[in-house]
Amino acid sequence: MTSSTETDPVETKRVIDAVDLVKFYPINRGILFKKQVGTVHAVDGVTLWLNEGETLAIVGESGCGKSTVGRLLLGLEPPTSGTIDILGDDITTMSQKALRHKRRDIQIILQDPYTSLNPRMTVRSIIGEPFDIHPDALHGRDEKTAVLELMDRVGLDPEFINRYPHQFSGGQRQRIGVARALALNPSVIVADEPVSALDVSVQAQVMNLLLELRDEFGLSYVFISHDLAVVRQIADRIAVMYLGKIVETGPQADIYAAPAHPYTKALMSAAPIPDPEKQKLRHRIELEGDVPSPADPPTGCRFRTRCWKAESVCAEVEPPLVEITSGHLAACHFPETT
Amino acid sequence: MSDTLLAVDELKVEFHTRDGSARAVDGVSFTVERGETLAILGESGSGKSVTAQAIMGILDTPPAEITGGSVKLRGRELIGLEESEYRKVRGKQIAMIFQDALSALNPVISVGEQISEMFRIHEGLSKSDAKTATIDVLKRVKIPGADVRYGNYPHEFSGGMRQRIMIAMMIALKPAVLIADEPTTALDVTVQAQIMDLLSALKEETQMGLILITHDLGVVADVAQKVMVMYSGRTFEQGPINEIYTHTANPYTRGLLESIPKLDERIGRLPAIKGLPPSLFNRPKGCLFNPRCPQATDQCRDGEPDLVFVQPDHGSRCWFAQEVFASDIKH
Amino acid sequence: MSDVQLDVATSIGDDPVASRTLLSDAWYDLKRSKVFWFSAALLVFVALIVLFPGLIADKAKTSSLTGGCNLTNALLGPSSQFVLGTDQQGCDVWALSVYGARPSVAVGVIAAVGTTVIGASLGLIAGFYGGKTDSILSRIFDIFLGVPYIIGAIVLLSVITLPGIWGVTLAITLLSWPVAARMVRAKTIEARGQDYVLAARALGADNRRIMLRHILPNAIGPSIVVAVISLGLFIGAEATLSYLGLGIRPPDFSWGTMISDAQNTFFAAPWTLFVPAGLLTITVLAFVLLGEAVSDALDPKLRK
Repeated sequence: MTSSTETDPVETKRVIDAVDLVKFYPINRGILFKKQVGTVHAVDGVTLWLNEGETLAIVGESGCGKSTVGRLLLGLEPPTSGTIDILGDDITTMSQKALRHKRRDIQIILQDPYTSLNPRMTVRSIIGEPFDIHPDALHGRDEKTAVLELMDRVGLDPEFINRYPHQFSGGQRQRIGVARALALNPSVIVADEPVSALDVSVQAQVMNLLLELRDEFGLSYVFISHDLAVVRQIADRIAVMYLGKIVETGPQADIYAAPAHPYTKALMSAAPIPDPEKQKLRHRIELEGDVPSPADPPTGCRFRTRCWKAESVCAEVEPPLVEITSGHLAACHFPETT
Repeated sequence: MSDTLLAVDELKVEFHTRDGSARAVDGVSFTVERGETLAILGESGSGKSVTAQAIMGILDTPPAEITGGSVKLRGRELIGLEESEYRKVRGKQIAMIFQDALSALNPVISVGEQISEMFRIHEGLSKSDAKTATIDVLKRVKIPGADVRYGNYPHEFSGGMRQRIMIAMMIALKPAVLIADEPTTALDVTVQAQIMDLLSALKEETQMGLILITHDLGVVADVAQKVMVMYSGRTFEQGPINEIYTHTANPYTRGLLESIPKLDERIGRLPAIKGLPPSLFNRPKGCLFNPRCPQATDQCRDGEPDLVFVQPDHGSRCWFAQEVFASDIKH
Repeated sequence: MSDVQLDVATSIGDDPVASRTLLSDAWYDLKRSKVFWFSAALLVFVALIVLFPGLIADKAKTSSLTGGCNLTNALLGPSSQFVLGTDQQGCDVWALSVYGARPSVAVGVIAAVGTTVIGASLGLIAGFYGGKTDSILSRIFDIFLGVPYIIGAIVLLSVITLPGIWGVTLAITLLSWPVAARMVRAKTIEARGQDYVLAARALGADNRRIMLRHILPNAIGPSIVVAVISLGLFIGAEATLSYLGLGIRPPDFSWGTMISDAQNTFFAAPWTLFVPAGLLTITVLAFVLLGEAVSDALDPKLRK
């Protein structure tokens, strides 16, 4: 594992510092007497950090563990092992009560606008709930005022304050979710596929909102997504995950210009570009086979079963994350050069 | 024999709900020729899926109602066909694949059985002949170990595999036209590419007509020849894909293209189309896009434009189609 | 198809649509249902005779103790004096039926409320906490559900004696609560995995808030419908048990006891059976129909 202070200037404050995160889920059989028959290696040794004001994108396809990492960072699930420092405090050793208070520092925006809001609560109740739980976050204002302020900030008509989620479009619901996440004035927001379920014309609106809010409130983002094009617009650093591990990480410009890990390269070549001429000129890498099951990951390098470069060493030795260029790391025995 | 496999003319579909009647599809026309791929692009509420379902004759009527237009498959009118007749056409002459293979496949019957059944029912093949034909078509869609996996059930396959199986089932009888409704939306990007390639290859092989319905402008970029952009039940632009993507004549299409994040460029804040797609019950007067259009004028608010052809095969529904076309120099 | 429904039916933006809750949508549908109005009318009638029996019948005529019943009037047919005839004690059948409604309906209402409260609470706990709690509670549900209804009631009522309606109410409640429990448990498990629950946790909501604010409102729906229908069925159950002599005991009376008494007098005086049985049937029917109408109106599949 790499040293986590390697490439950062000393003054930059870290808002998240997660080391060696592991999350295994047991697979149980039986109704009355459960017996564990296997383990899902959802997250298998992930180290990452987030600097103040920075946006770290975690990229990967389904089953890679990126959403699980998000939930771990929020303390919604305890890691099987590893530590997570949020603004200097280790949340893995906190009491429930302390953790509840810590929630004010890190919040979440979820993917599905249709299930992330309680259908039986009005907008006012949904955005107001953070204040019900943490009344001191009101700072003297009354709740309705606070809710209206937030609605205004995310571009929702104040007239709609008593409406129910089903009366809104997907994009508007997502805005409600953003308002809810902002209520407690967090330092970090984990956004789990925030625009993936939205219409094309609305995606840009919500992305722009996130960018504006970042500038206005000095937020730090962990942006989880499978969409490399979206990520490119907002990320400062990127971590690519595959089957529970980070296979490549580095500054945004480096990763897009010169992806070093074959998987990253394949991902990029598969991402569509809406330009028929450009598409024709692209060389697409087609990956063979299916993604292996996280309950039974391949030995050595997990990507080897689909990698065109795989050799015997790949099955025997798991490649560590090594530096390719400053700040740009990849876990591969035969990283791409250019 | 004409090369036009499917000809849709002024198709109109209405939905009757308690909030009133909504025109989900309001006069849509297009053709699909042999060996051609047409992409129907649109966001939610555009009517693209309803169009497909109307063509297939699988709309729930009520609340839906086809209120006008014609759909001719190889010259034969489909609208108004008796259900028993339609059933003979579906699967054999025109087929449809969906976003979610799991909902199209019966979970308690093996995949081989499901496909064989189609052969037995529509082509009267014997059990063993049907099985051979099934394994054949499974091989065509590149299911590894097709003869062994014949007896597997849908849940035993990955998402991408299931999509292939659904494709296999639908092309088994060699339909003239295949409609794919958001076939890759639920799949990972690396699998998306595989499926799109497969569809393209199958189309080339059989010279069938392929209609791709999607909201994702990127996914069809190297597969489609023709594009039709729908908005709120209407055709807003149609023409060859190269034209539409790089030389559009419609502000909506342009707005969409500009608002899509590009993989090869970091722009940050993208120019977004303001506002929301209109509710089908409260459509704006005049051009349907005018409340959101950066170039809207009084003319746009007063009356709805017809389709204007800036090129013989490139049409755009905009009062300023020519101007937009002229100004949209390839960037 | 659901995508298509969504495309068409979303009311967004500047639509002049008032705040529409799922309940007000349900009410809109209910208003249009003939079944609803029919059952509502029946229930208004039933409510009247339960709440204000004195308005339409004379209590004195129900009991020989008060001198209202005279053996000389026994088994008389419908007349101007006794609108629906008399029973073997000379009591006015109409008066008996009206006053007999109260215990019958009371049993139904109390049992319905009781089963829903107990069932929902336990179902909520089982579904929310899962694990061992759920295993144990689910087994308890299963055990209770395994007890055959009538036999269970018979055993219970022969062991427990409580005054008036309470014995039979307790028996019915004890044997019926697991149905509501299982329904709520299932919906709780479904709600528990929803994103909005995750979001609430992320805000720092504790278990209590999540259970009461987020899960319960979303889990209770079907059990309300079941409660309404069960109300009707419980009234029927009371009648059955009273008929068997286990429910309400003399000098109290209910429709069930009246039906039981009519066993001997049926041939000579059929009205002694038809009147209480008819009222019983109408009442049960009314609740069942109401439950169906409400269920249709609340049906989430028809909602967006």
